[in-house]
Amino acid sequence: MNKYSLTSNKLHWTKRFQRTIRHGDIPWQVIIILMSILIIIVMFSIGVMLWRDSTTARTQFGWSFIIPTADATWDPVNSIFQSWPFIYGTLLTSIVAIILAIPVSLGIAIFLAELCPEKLRLPLNWLVELLAAIPSVIYGLWGIFVFLPVVVAPVGEFLLNTLGRVPLINVLFTGPVPQSGSSRLAAAFILMIMIIPTISAVTRDVLLSIPSDQREAAMALGATKWESIWQVVLPFGMSGILGAVILGLGRALGETMAVTMVIGNSIEGSPSLLRPGYTMASVIANEFAEAVTTLHTEALIEIGLTLFFITLLLNMVARLLVWSVARRTTIEARA
Amino acid sequence: MTTTRFHQLIFENQARLSGRRKVVNAVMLSLTGVLTIIALIPLFWIVGYVLYKGGSSINLAFFTQLPRPLGMEGGGVLNAIEGTLVISILACIFAIPPGLLAAFYAERFPNTTLGVALRFSTDVLSGVPSIVIGLFAYAVVVKTQGHFSALAGGVAMAILMLPTIIRTTEEMLKLVPRTLREGSLAMGAPEWKTSLNVVFPAAISGIITGFLLAISRAAGETAPLLFTALGNERYDVGSMITSGIAQKQGIFQIINRIIDQPADSLPLTLWKYAQQPYPERIKESWAAALVLMIIILLINIFARLWVESRRRALRG
Repeated sequence: MNKYSLTSNKLHWTKRFQRTIRHGDIPWQVIIILMSILIIIVMFSIGVMLWRDSTTARTQFGWSFIIPTADATWDPVNSIFQSWPFIYGTLLTSIVAIILAIPVSLGIAIFLAELCPEKLRLPLNWLVELLAAIPSVIYGLWGIFVFLPVVVAPVGEFLLNTLGRVPLINVLFTGPVPQSGSSRLAAAFILMIMIIPTISAVTRDVLLSIPSDQREAAMALGATKWESIWQVVLPFGMSGILGAVILGLGRALGETMAVTMVIGNSIEGSPSLLRPGYTMASVIANEFAEAVTTLHTEALIEIGLTLFFITLLLNMVARLLVWSVARRTTIEARA
Repeated sequence: MTTTRFHQLIFENQARLSGRRKVVNAVMLSLTGVLTIIALIPLFWIVGYVLYKGGSSINLAFFTQLPRPLGMEGGGVLNAIEGTLVISILACIFAIPPGLLAAFYAERFPNTTLGVALRFSTDVLSGVPSIVIGLFAYAVVVKTQGHFSALAGGVAMAILMLPTIIRTTEEMLKLVPRTLREGSLAMGAPEWKTSLNVVFPAAISGIITGFLLAISRAAGETAPLLFTALGNERYDVGSMITSGIAQKQGIFQIINRIIDQPADSLPLTLWKYAQQPYPERIKESWAAALVLMIIILLINIFARLWVESRRRALRG
């Protein structure tokens, strides 16, 4: 017998077992791989479950459920459901919120990434992030009792008397503004406050990832600080900033509680920003627990499904844009 | 003569333009600072107002009593506080183990197909509206069980917490110096032992703060609980435990009783009370807002301070 031949069948079976599972590494990797797959499955099954549970509503209403109509009905008693008023409310409030939030967030991001003194940077970052940490019901509560009467109602009156008199766009600014201030405008303002932290945090990271030679080159050519930011840094990070904006839009579309509390929750024909409205998320929040018929439940789930697909799409696009900036800058920084 | 005149013109032009450029520069740069301050006004306004309103309507009964019918003095939101705790604990039990293990994978194999898919799904999952996650938990748990329960609320919260847990854990694992891992592997320790006994303890404090941030985010959410935990004014963990012991039930039966019925939570109570026209209820909802806000702000500030000091120590 050759004393150097350590064939595995001479070893004790526990040793052999240890060797085949590489001293525990194989089970460990199997576990972490399974858990990773589990999380991917959870993500997919959200879509699958909502798709499955809205089958009746989908087959019964088809595309008429989501396409724009002037006289949409949402009638749980007679089981006729068309969700256009909610989609309109969601889109209008989110888009107005985004338009209002972009300049402010850009300003914050530029200040935090480019100008802020080192000592102030961390506390300011935290404060902006705390704004995102406040629960949305608290925004809603504050909105109902403080923000609506103090800010939204006067601003609404002002818009009614100015933009409401301009032809063409006055469709969006017809009154009367409700006494309480509950309106799509209120929802847009609250959404603006809530998405500013998202947009500014991502934009700040994008700006920080831009190599400083870009700024230095611009400054060396005689540009002022502002010119170097506005004409060099921002265009360089444009796709990342766009990604940040889309992420903010996704958050605005799905925001539920604060919007439900301030938007007034009414389906009326007026497309005006100054009138009460309804959004996709808030109709689910208000009606789902009390839905009696299966069709009503399924119609609400279908609204959820629509919302899921929209936010999924937006998030994928946004992530790709943000990643593209990160990848480009690392490659160029290395080169 | 012409050349000097020409130079003079250029010089004047430059001076004028550069003056304008300097003004634009100063105005725009200070504008960004002003915008930052404006954006922070709502934060101080909300925090200050909630402190003022909630502080004037909070008392001991708020924490220790169940809600009383309208018109009766006293009463609190003990049910909501207990419900928040039960749902958060359930959410942690469901979310932490898979999140942690998936983060180990994401940190170790970031560039494999599965790693990229995992990162992508966490990113996407973090963008899914919380109300849609509520619908999902309804479809998966409430429909199968046939009734609303704290368990369903816990599942919804867990899904909501997953992205935060995975991302922060991965970040914290990445901060651990490579040399530590390599040293352990060089000593002959298998990979799983290295991960669990060397890398994990080095990152644990950061990971726990990540959990805290995830919990604080989930604890403030209302939308996913609306039709999973539903709300329950009679939810009383203490009496369930005492009556369970009196009936000689086993511990699992008691736990089952606690998680198998609808539960309330602070944000849910806040939302319901805020919509009622009674001043007492409104007062209670301000008090609930105060408690919720203090918990969440404390967790956030503490966690950030901790992470920052940790990061400095590891870099240092």
